[in-house]
Amino acid sequence: MRIPVSWLVEHLGFDEVPTPDELAEAFTRIGIEVEEVSPLGPVTGPIVAGRVVEIEELTEFKKPIRHCKVEVGPEQVNEIICGATNFVEGDSVVVALPGAVLPGDFTISERKTYGRMSQGMICAADELGIGDDHSGILVLPTGTAQPGDDALELLGLNDSVIEVAPTPDRGYAFSVRGLAREIACALDVPFGDPGVVEIPEAEGEVWPVHIEDRTGCSRFVARRVTGVDPTAPTPWWMRRRLMLAGMRSISLPVDVTNYVMLELGQPLHAFDAASLSGALTVRRAHAGEKLTTLDDSVRALDPDDIVIADDSGVISLAGVMGGASTEVQDTSSDILLEAANWDPASIARTVRRHKLPSEAAKRFERTVDPALAPVALERAAKLLNHYAEGQIKPGRTDVGVPALPAPVSMPIDLPDRVAGVRYARGVTARRLGQIGCQVSVTTSDDGQTIVTAVPPTWRADLVQPADLVEEVLRLEGYDTIPSVLPPAPAGRGLTEQQRRRRTVWRTLAEDGFVEVKPFPFIDPSVFDAFGLAEDDVRRNTVGVLNPLEADKNVLATTLLPGLLETLQRNLARGAKDVALYNIAQVTLPRAQQIPVPALGVDRRPTQAEVASMLAALPQQPLHVAGVLTGHRELAGWWGKGRVAEWSDAVEAARRVGQAYGVTLRVVASDLLPWHPGRCAELRVGDWPVGHAGELHPKVIEALGLPKRTVAFELDLDALPLDDHRPAPMVSAYPPVLLDVALVVDASVPVQSVSEVLGASAGDLLEDIRLFDVYTGEQVGEGKKSLAYSLRFRAPDRTLTVEEATSARDAAVAAAGERLGAALRA
Amino acid sequence: MSGANDPYDPKQVAALSAEHLDAAVQKAREAFAGAADLEALAAVKPGHLGDRSPVLLARREIGALPPKAKAEAGKRVNEAQSAIRTAFDERHAVLQVERDERVLREESVDVTLPWDRFPRGARHPITTLAERIGDVFVAMGYEIAEGPELETEWFNFDALNFGKDHPARSMQDTFYIAPSDSSLVLRTHTSPVQARTLLDRELPVYVVCPGRTFRTDELDATHTPVFHQVEGLAVDKGLTMGHLKGTLDAFARSMFGEDSKTRLRPSFFPFTEPSAEVDVWFPEKKGGAGWVEWGGCGMVNPNVLRACGVDPDVYSGFAFGMGLERTLQFRNGLPDMRDMVEGDVRFTQPFGTEA
Repeated sequence: MRIPVSWLVEHLGFDEVPTPDELAEAFTRIGIEVEEVSPLGPVTGPIVAGRVVEIEELTEFKKPIRHCKVEVGPEQVNEIICGATNFVEGDSVVVALPGAVLPGDFTISERKTYGRMSQGMICAADELGIGDDHSGILVLPTGTAQPGDDALELLGLNDSVIEVAPTPDRGYAFSVRGLAREIACALDVPFGDPGVVEIPEAEGEVWPVHIEDRTGCSRFVARRVTGVDPTAPTPWWMRRRLMLAGMRSISLPVDVTNYVMLELGQPLHAFDAASLSGALTVRRAHAGEKLTTLDDSVRALDPDDIVIADDSGVISLAGVMGGASTEVQDTSSDILLEAANWDPASIARTVRRHKLPSEAAKRFERTVDPALAPVALERAAKLLNHYAEGQIKPGRTDVGVPALPAPVSMPIDLPDRVAGVRYARGVTARRLGQIGCQVSVTTSDDGQTIVTAVPPTWRADLVQPADLVEEVLRLEGYDTIPSVLPPAPAGRGLTEQQRRRRTVWRTLAEDGFVEVKPFPFIDPSVFDAFGLAEDDVRRNTVGVLNPLEADKNVLATTLLPGLLETLQRNLARGAKDVALYNIAQVTLPRAQQIPVPALGVDRRPTQAEVASMLAALPQQPLHVAGVLTGHRELAGWWGKGRVAEWSDAVEAARRVGQAYGVTLRVVASDLLPWHPGRCAELRVGDWPVGHAGELHPKVIEALGLPKRTVAFELDLDALPLDDHRPAPMVSAYPPVLLDVALVVDASVPVQSVSEVLGASAGDLLEDIRLFDVYTGEQVGEGKKSLAYSLRFRAPDRTLTVEEATSARDAAVAAAGERLGAALRA
Repeated sequence: MSGANDPYDPKQVAALSAEHLDAAVQKAREAFAGAADLEALAAVKPGHLGDRSPVLLARREIGALPPKAKAEAGKRVNEAQSAIRTAFDERHAVLQVERDERVLREESVDVTLPWDRFPRGARHPITTLAERIGDVFVAMGYEIAEGPELETEWFNFDALNFGKDHPARSMQDTFYIAPSDSSLVLRTHTSPVQARTLLDRELPVYVVCPGRTFRTDELDATHTPVFHQVEGLAVDKGLTMGHLKGTLDAFARSMFGEDSKTRLRPSFFPFTEPSAEVDVWFPEKKGGAGWVEWGGCGMVNPNVLRACGVDPDVYSGFAFGMGLERTLQFRNGLPDMRDMVEGDVRFTQPFGTEA
């Protein structure tokens, strides 16, 4: 909300008005956020009121240009060229004469333009630094000033606009009234409440109104002004304030409703009474009803929308926007003014549903003072009476009983206990009184001093002791709260899982992978590029209703799409050798999606309720994935590098397992998007936890990736937290080293041979390592030779070669028996 | 000279004469000295210390001497041989040092050759920052809590005292999950972990939760729809806003140096009452030390405690939350938040594993 300082301080009893910055500082200190402080102008030099005497349209130019004669003082007429057309002869305007300097260091001088002399400029509002209206030049209401009058004073340029953004709980602060009160509290100055005025006794109802829906509307008040002069202009001072507040002047009746709303915080609506037919009914819309709103949009109404209807049907989307059919016209002289209290939640829903935020709705959503409606109507009616000679009808309709805030009690030292401060005696009662509460102090049966505050009508947000506490603390100043560390509890440090995850995170980085964090939103068509079957489980995704990018509308079930997209971005930017990883949650729908139970917040949900809520959430395991392309080891002065290949992906995956304290087994697999012959499934025991290998050439082609790009992905949450507590015995006796070469069928996985050898060589085997794989003529077609080096050692003695050899022979025999392995000749 | 005093020995053995042996020693010394390197030295060695060398040949003659002369002749030969051996060893030692020096000199390389054989890896700076913050709070006795990113509206809003149609709910532009009645959202803040923690753990609780959060902001230099927050929650008997302030000050010092501190400005969050915005004093702020908006905080709203079964008359608590991207942005002076999400390795690599 934008508010001119001059308007704000009108209601405050300052001996000396603070600077705009001091006011902004005061707002900030008590919790009204200040977005901007904008001084008007600066404007210097001769700026005067002028009267347009003569207009000559110059038609030889591409755009309309006017050569005007403007009376700018007694007997002084200047020629001025002007490009605007929103004024007529006789209009009162603001003229910047040669020598004037306008905002932006714009100096006016006498000059020749469009073939004529121009001795000054007829100004638009924004050119003068008041508001941002550049829709045309500023035409002053007739009689506002005489030609030659100094316009600087008239324009009130010695002023600033403060733009504040009150938090949504403080509806009252969306008004000059509320903001002035805040300043009064912050700076301890007297406040004259414009919301307290005498309301004359009414003589009967002024218009029949029925509230059918008391939830939607707790109070509806109406006042009628007849004989309004439809040609009466809005007085300059009001236009100026509206302009500075960022609102356009429309017509006197509309301007008055806006002005009163800004001043008091009560939105008003003005109906053209002549267009109304019969009694007004406040109700919910019926299915199928439509309304053309003031902005000329036809809106299909929802049965949840609160509306005002007359005999003709719906005439207003209550509290949000009026209807076109009963809008005040420039001929309207009979005006029915409405002020009501609408249900904030209903208004919020209507605004969302129709995407129709309005100044009125903004205030109703945040709750409007229920005592304010008759006050605001009286103010508006008087303005119409004063400026348009309207007759205020003696009747007033006032239907409904608004709910008033209930008293709140608390121990008087609760603010002290919450803040950790000992406030001076009387502070709590004084501060609560200052914000408008009726405060009483009593002693409870157990001797506690209790303060009871009846919140003022405009403070519907004060419902519990904590709310009162905040008022005391913020007005006393958060800066008076001390800085004290709480006594340290005995924490248990990171959990085992957290520690191991950190190790994984670090291990991959230290292995040369760069961590990236792609968004979890993916385009499901990526699964077509992956070649996944229609029923592939990874296609079973959770959708986002309102994605930022329409095609990326599902949550990732695998980290690979995001990683590969990031890889493509890096390649597109010229990178060649790239290793990326990502650790993030993926979202996996439940096989059977159960609905989320509807739970209240008035009590702790039961264990069963919590469990059913958690069961309704999709599973979100933490995954780790990596992609590699280009060189794993770079080429350089030392010679050739090494290009990343399938085994690098498998190794990285296994390193993740090691970092987590788990040994991952590898089994040949065939899962897209991996290459069917170069895809490893990683297992813990017999439990699959992920895959690694080279991507399928078709996938690489579809995604435009470099050939032989490799990748891995593991479900980190599937890795067990094995109790990793080694107690190695280190023997100092010498080892016996033996090599053995075995020939097996090419189809036998190396891991099987290694496992059989390892398991069958007995306790003396300390280490086994494959050092060569050979295929070729010497071993025959369909065969391969595996060369192992075995290291044997005894814990308690020097091992003899014979012992080691017999252990090796046992292992070889087992391999022969189980896998058909033969010693290489 | 052998047998010089022996009138009975007719023979004078020339080879054993002092002159002869001296000459042999002299020649050996010259030969060794003349050897320029170990190979040359090795080549001349047999001529002076080998079986056919003059001294060794002379030694064979001793047997022919009369017994009385043997001892004297033997002594002379030994002395000569020893002198040659010494000369050889000395020369050998000298040449070996020379050779070693030369070899080392010849083996020297240009150690300024680049050694980027293995491409550098790095953790994302947000990860590192989250870990660092976790460590700060673990050191204060806190534990690290976690929660899912796809969350029920109950945890994300209801339990946190967001009224069903309260404007605060629409303040946080929310990603909703299909279908429209799913009651599921992508969490808009890490605050749902407050409710989870209170339902999950024994009191008192002191936890922080770093995590990924989502709002429907378009990606630009200062906004990203996917970002990270760190949430702090303490619920215990007798906690005050002063304790909140003290904790935030300690946090600020650990992040921005001993001169840092925080300032609280009254604000509104449904889940805290009183609520505050946190500004941090950042000594290295661009253009001079100053206050920077850092996050939100407050005393846990009694409604939140009640919804989680905690008696607000017995327990009180405080909570706070900060954006990690924002923290990183001002701490490191990063002009564009998009760099943090695009995954360009040139952005992340300089952070290394421990930025």
